[in-house]
Amino acid sequence: MKFQPVIGLEVHVQLKTNSKIFCGCSTAFGSSPNSQTCPVCLGLPGALPVLNKQVVEFAIKAGLSTNCSITPRSIFARKNYFYPDLPKGYQISQFEEPICQHGWLDIQVEGQDQKRIGITRIHMEEDAGKLVHGEIAGLEKGSGVDLNRACTPLLEVVSDPDLRTSDEAVAYLKQLHQIVTWLGISDGNMEEGSFRCDANVSVMPVGAAQFGTRAEIKNVNSFKFVKQAIEYEIQRQIDLIEDGGTVVQETRLFDPNSGTTRSMRGKEEAHDYRYFPDPDLVPLVIDPAWVERSRSELPELPEKKKQRFMESYSLPAYDADVLTATRALAEYYEECLALQTNPKAASNWIMGEVIRGLNDSGLPIEECPVTPRLLTDLLRLIEEGTISGKIAKKVFDEVWKSGKDPKTIVEEQGLVQVSDSSAIEAIIDDLLAREAGQVAEFRSGKDKLLGFFVGQVMKASKGKANPAVVNDLLLKKLKG
Amino acid sequence: MKITAANVEHVARLARLELSDEEKNLFAGQMDAILAYVEKLKELDTDGVLPTSHAVPMENAFREDVTEPPIGTEKALANSPDRADAFYRVPQIIE
Ligand SMILES: [Zn+2]
Repeated sequence: MKFQPVIGLEVHVQLKTNSKIFCGCSTAFGSSPNSQTCPVCLGLPGALPVLNKQVVEFAIKAGLSTNCSITPRSIFARKNYFYPDLPKGYQISQFEEPICQHGWLDIQVEGQDQKRIGITRIHMEEDAGKLVHGEIAGLEKGSGVDLNRACTPLLEVVSDPDLRTSDEAVAYLKQLHQIVTWLGISDGNMEEGSFRCDANVSVMPVGAAQFGTRAEIKNVNSFKFVKQAIEYEIQRQIDLIEDGGTVVQETRLFDPNSGTTRSMRGKEEAHDYRYFPDPDLVPLVIDPAWVERSRSELPELPEKKKQRFMESYSLPAYDADVLTATRALAEYYEECLALQTNPKAASNWIMGEVIRGLNDSGLPIEECPVTPRLLTDLLRLIEEGTISGKIAKKVFDEVWKSGKDPKTIVEEQGLVQVSDSSAIEAIIDDLLAREAGQVAEFRSGKDKLLGFFVGQVMKASKGKANPAVVNDLLLKKLKG
Repeated sequence: MKITAANVEHVARLARLELSDEEKNLFAGQMDAILAYVEKLKELDTDGVLPTSHAVPMENAFREDVTEPPIGTEKALANSPDRADAFYRVPQIIE
């Protein structure tokens, strides 16, 4: 029997606010345990949560950027369950009337048609605390609870069960990740848990009308693991069914070390959450004017920018894709363009030398020592014929190291390209006299030797000879 | 809806309450009576009335995104029954 996997994703995005969603405690990562807490996030009796307005602004922006409609009147609910990282015994979340609904993203898997993935809802909620095991004095027996993370603002983005392969799931996640970081509403740091994914996976016989029973895989924290976890889970369910078993609805944990998923018993019977409206938090009313103001504040989104780069600057799709990978990189490119440079040349240099330099140094683009000003100055030197492209790479490395402007480096190091034909002629004459054998071979028809001669001349000129002039003169002399 | 001892048992388990069979039966009867009383509201015509989530007609209470001083680890842990270092300590949770 052939099986069709069905995948839906729930993504928790931690928002980049200064303070928590319902209290004034800091959201800074890495503080000492339980130091960022107050009666509200500790869940002490009588404490009153008050909604952080920035969270609402961020949620609206996320919704508008994923084609959702913004719910005019939404409410908060209590999701009741017991777990040691949840001090109140309930999580404040949204159930009925989440702030954003009915959105979509168009995803692109290489070699396939674009596909639209529905977004069921986006809702605001508070995070739970963190549990710590072992490693701490006094925790040999028992677990530790750190409530610094409790009450940190999250958006939960729930997709429709529209995904069919692990590649589609990863494409969807990458796009969502790009949008939230582009908007600046989350740092998207997956290692620190700012972008976490739960995957609902089921399989059904091809052509079946009804989805199979699904398993929920928790907290898969890298794009690579998402792919692995989904693929493992699909195969596990198929094997199980083919062996005559049945899939049970359960929560499973992905183990990155073995690449497998395993059942997480214990959290099971808590699945009856008994949601009800939280009386501590008043309804949230968002009028059309608010939505429109938010819409007007949105930056140009990656997909739009990509299209514009292709249309306005005739960039290939590949270039446009690379340059819009992050908002900062796209802005770097646009700063270059504002300095009147050749769009394709700038793109080539950014995709090549700039990105290579950033990867080698580990620097973010914002801290690139070769600023748009310096890069475009360098490109101008090439365009004007002052230096060759090859020398330019050397100059680029110098600019990176010293921060000096390219013109100064070229002057100081005497790198100006030699286009003066008499100087080049002298080198050529000298070479041809030394390599009489090769010259004879060339003349007898071994055209490929031209590359050898060019290389030798360039070497003798320390790379400074103008390659076009070298080519011309060489041909003239060799054929003459 | 008739509340049964099984319903009571389910709700009790969610609330981490351990009840005797006697108690389950006792509470089933009491809860059933309460719900029957509330059922009376169904006699009202509520067409066109939105479900009430809050008794007070109020909306949009916000705070600005500004940090305030936390109470500090010692105060946070002051009433905890058990601690280890700066953590609350709870029975071992196996992930
Ligand atoms: Zn707090």
